[in-house]
Amino acid sequence: MRRRRHRQRDHRRGAELRHFDVLIVGTGHAGATTAIHLRQLGNTGSIGLLGEEEELPYERPPLSKDYLAGKKSAADILFRPCNFRAERDVTLIPGERVVSIDPGARTIGCASGATISYGNLVWTAGGRPKRVAGAHVIRSLADVDTLRAELPSATRILIIGGGYIGLEAAAVLTSLGKQVTLAEAADRVLARCAAEPLSRFLEAEHRAHGVDIHLNTSSIDHNQHDLVIAGIGILPNVDPLLQAGAEGADGVLVDEHCRTTLPHVWAAGDCALHHNPFGPARPIRIESVQNASDMATTIARALTGQPQPYRAVPWFWSNQYDLRLQTVGLSNDHDEVLVRGDPATRKFAVIYRRAGRVIALDCINNVRDYVQGRGLIESGVEVDAALLADPDRPLKSLLES
Amino acid sequence: MPIVTVTTRDGRTKDLTAQNGRSLMENLRAGGIEEILALCGGCCSCATCHVYVDEDWLPALPPISADEDDLLDSSGARRPNSRLSCQIKVSDALDGIAVTVAPED
Ligand SMILES: Cc1cc2nc3c(=O)[nH]c(=O)nc-3n(C[C@H](O)[C@H](O)[C@H](O)COP(=O)(O)OP(=O)(O)OC[C@H]3O[C@@H](n4cnc5c(N)ncnc54)[C@H](O)[C@@H]3O)c2cc1C
Ligand code: FES
Repeated sequence: MRRRRHRQRDHRRGAELRHFDVLIVGTGHAGATTAIHLRQLGNTGSIGLLGEEEELPYERPPLSKDYLAGKKSAADILFRPCNFRAERDVTLIPGERVVSIDPGARTIGCASGATISYGNLVWTAGGRPKRVAGAHVIRSLADVDTLRAELPSATRILIIGGGYIGLEAAAVLTSLGKQVTLAEAADRVLARCAAEPLSRFLEAEHRAHGVDIHLNTSSIDHNQHDLVIAGIGILPNVDPLLQAGAEGADGVLVDEHCRTTLPHVWAAGDCALHHNPFGPARPIRIESVQNASDMATTIARALTGQPQPYRAVPWFWSNQYDLRLQTVGLSNDHDEVLVRGDPATRKFAVIYRRAGRVIALDCINNVRDYVQGRGLIESGVEVDAALLADPDRPLKSLLES
Repeated sequence: MPIVTVTTRDGRTKDLTAQNGRSLMENLRAGGIEEILALCGGCCSCATCHVYVDEDWLPALPPISADEDDLLDSSGARRPNSRLSCQIKVSDALDGIAVTVAPED
């Protein structure tokens, strides 16, 4: 059931050097958005959208949610069900991996041996999951198809890693009737991205659904399980860029217009290390649809002569069981955590502050605080902690005070 | 199959043949309305699928949920006939409905 019939392999025209005015590497959220926005903003040059995967661009968030659960099909999660080539005159080049970049000659080299030249190169290659021997990962449609093929014969499933993807997978798999064990190396789930009150709340929710959570656990016997899944983070795909001399380390460094330090080379999405106006002083990478989409728009604007620096309030969502989790802002380097509302009611918010200012909120079944909290982050006003923690006081009203 | 009339931000109007049982958002996207970003894929988390519904059709729609109502408040362009298109399931009862893509926030 792979989607090979969608393939539009139209780039192999003998050995001549192909050229694109804009060559986009990576057909994920950032790459596909860049292509569409370039056209929407009036770009008429040639656009190549090249990537390692065979599929048409699709959305990753459902991979650990409705697609894993079998509630959405591959067709349902296509990025834009439009035909890039026919409607947008974007040349799709699937199944090609870039292995080198020559910024002087403005060419890229592919694993297949193909060389393609560019006017501008947009690097949106995302990240690859960190691996554990013998474990499945959940990053691509192919990963999840492989995993799902093994599900019918698996009863006991081990998930390594209590981040968002591991927790979402645990929620789906328990609802499919599997016995799920989740092993987390830290002393709580979501240790990297959320504060303890949210971690403890989610641990209790998952345990109530039958997930066997082991904290402080880095090694667990795989043999007791029919299937193992690792969700322990990604490594940014930036090696060809760094080898070509681009600045960066854990990601490729970009400025406020998403330019790398190499001429005519841009980067967006999970792989882009940047100074976020809503984040800490050091450059960071953000792994979210919002970031991929808004950075792609930033590049499309710059390339069409309508530059606007990247300055979007970060947001993120997750669904686990009947829980709607929404995060706005970035909690990195917070120095204070407030809980607004009673977690026992399953509707509350965790508020993060730095130097007295609200920098982020994790909202659980609480869309109103998510929406109104954004205003507090944007305004940067200092608000009394007791007022913030009072769930009967709308956050909007604190902005006005 | 129901017909949905959609007006995009440039004022152009297009008739789409919609699929029953799928959301209005999915139908708009399948119909090539790229202005509907629908970043969260329809789980009522982003408000990037915001449309204005022709007033005559409002009574035919399912009531607005508290979550949808709160999320719509995130838009500076909210109007009394604002809806999140991912929260509206298309059926024959909506044959002929007219919607307009709300401006970008
Ligand atoms: C299971 C899962 C659930 C998620 N859930 C959420 C969520 O609920 N909310 C949210 O906001 N975000 C979520 N995310 C994160 C979100 O999907 C990513 O932030 C987003 O996909 C990043 O887009 P991107 O274009 O930067 O990278 P990607 O989508 O990873 O795309 C990169 C593409 O580049 C290709 N590529 C890599 N190297 C090369 C190369 N050398 N040559 C050619 N091609 C290459 C890859 O094959 C891939 O197709 C989730 C991610 C996953 C995996
Ligand atoms: S698609 Fe995100 S709220 Fe409708």
